[in-house]
Amino acid sequence: MAYIKLNNQLPGITGLLENRPDTGDHIRALTQVLLRGESSLTEMERELIATLVSYRNECRFCTSAHAATVKALGGDDELLDKVFHDADNAPVSDKMKALLNIAAKVQKLGKEVKEEDVERAKKHGATDVEIHDTVLIAALFCLYNRYVDGLGTYRPEDPGYYEKLAQRLVTVGYMRPREGVIPVAETTYR
Amino acid sequence: MAHINLENDLPGIRGLMAYSPQTAKPLNELAEIMLRDDNNTLTRGERELIGTYVSYLNDCFFCQNVHGSLAGHYLGCDIPEIDAIKKEPSLTNIPDKLKALLAVAAKVQEGGRHVTADVIENAKDAGATDKEIHDTVLIAAAFCMYNRYVDGLATWSPKDRQFYVERAPKRAEEGYIDFDLYNNTIS
Repeated sequence: MAYIKLNNQLPGITGLLENRPDTGDHIRALTQVLLRGESSLTEMERELIATLVSYRNECRFCTSAHAATVKALGGDDELLDKVFHDADNAPVSDKMKALLNIAAKVQKLGKEVKEEDVERAKKHGATDVEIHDTVLIAALFCLYNRYVDGLGTYRPEDPGYYEKLAQRLVTVGYMRPREGVIPVAETTYR
Repeated sequence: MAHINLENDLPGIRGLMAYSPQTAKPLNELAEIMLRDDNNTLTRGERELIGTYVSYLNDCFFCQNVHGSLAGHYLGCDIPEIDAIKKEPSLTNIPDKLKALLAVAAKVQEGGRHVTADVIENAKDAGATDKEIHDTVLIAAAFCMYNRYVDGLATWSPKDRQFYVERAPKRAEEGYIDFDLYNNTIS
């Protein structure tokens, strides 16, 4: 059970955003621009950045949700496993390896991103916008992960929950549905 | 020099806002609600102080000075007083509830999983409401984003701390969504 009383029984971030749409809707809008807006990075590449940062922040809800989203976009467990533990040998482009390296530095602290990290990304063809977006996506998930775990939100165990959530994130995106959030599974979570 | 070509010479997050207006909009709208919304039992000064403290813990010079100066402006504190709170809130004469909320913020800065039921209970015992705890956690988490954005792209920041103090009254007046990004003058 969450540390504070929410106005709903939705799990993880969904419950928090629905509890406080005044702040939640802006967080959603930022996420929609970064992860679903027009970009030279694919949706899967951007979701991989989000998943890696969530994994390194040990946020199990966000890691499960975004790992499932990576898979819904065509990734698999082997890709995720490599990205988590040995990103330099992951089956992704050299540019993407360099961007994942930057994201991992951002996860630690902004100042950890050194000139050589950025040079490496540029050498492999990363544009300024791609580097900007990588840093901001990684920073945004440092917000999300702390928000979700810092308030002790409920985390479903059922992998099926995250698969359904991922389907919504792939087909609908991150904005709040006008009619409000409908639970992705019928089970009432506590 | 910033890690990427921002095509402007504005300091800190202002340079990033000018570079990427599409993301600046929700970032600023979030800040406006979190830090300035009047429907809140935490004062603007207290909320700026939470942002300042987290920025200090994240070693982000730009953010801790912008928000430290704003906190000082609202709370009537000078730089040394704000610095003392940043360094060790428990040793200052701020209210116990604020001390307990800053302790929550410090745990959020370490990582979400560091926030234990104990530290939340302490805040509740000191009189913090659920909304105040929520807002503290969200402000702290949001500054973990803003600080990483500002430093992760190596934006430049004025080194003279008086620069931030002088601009605080105008920043307090204009807020986070309705201001001239390119006007960096005093008053």
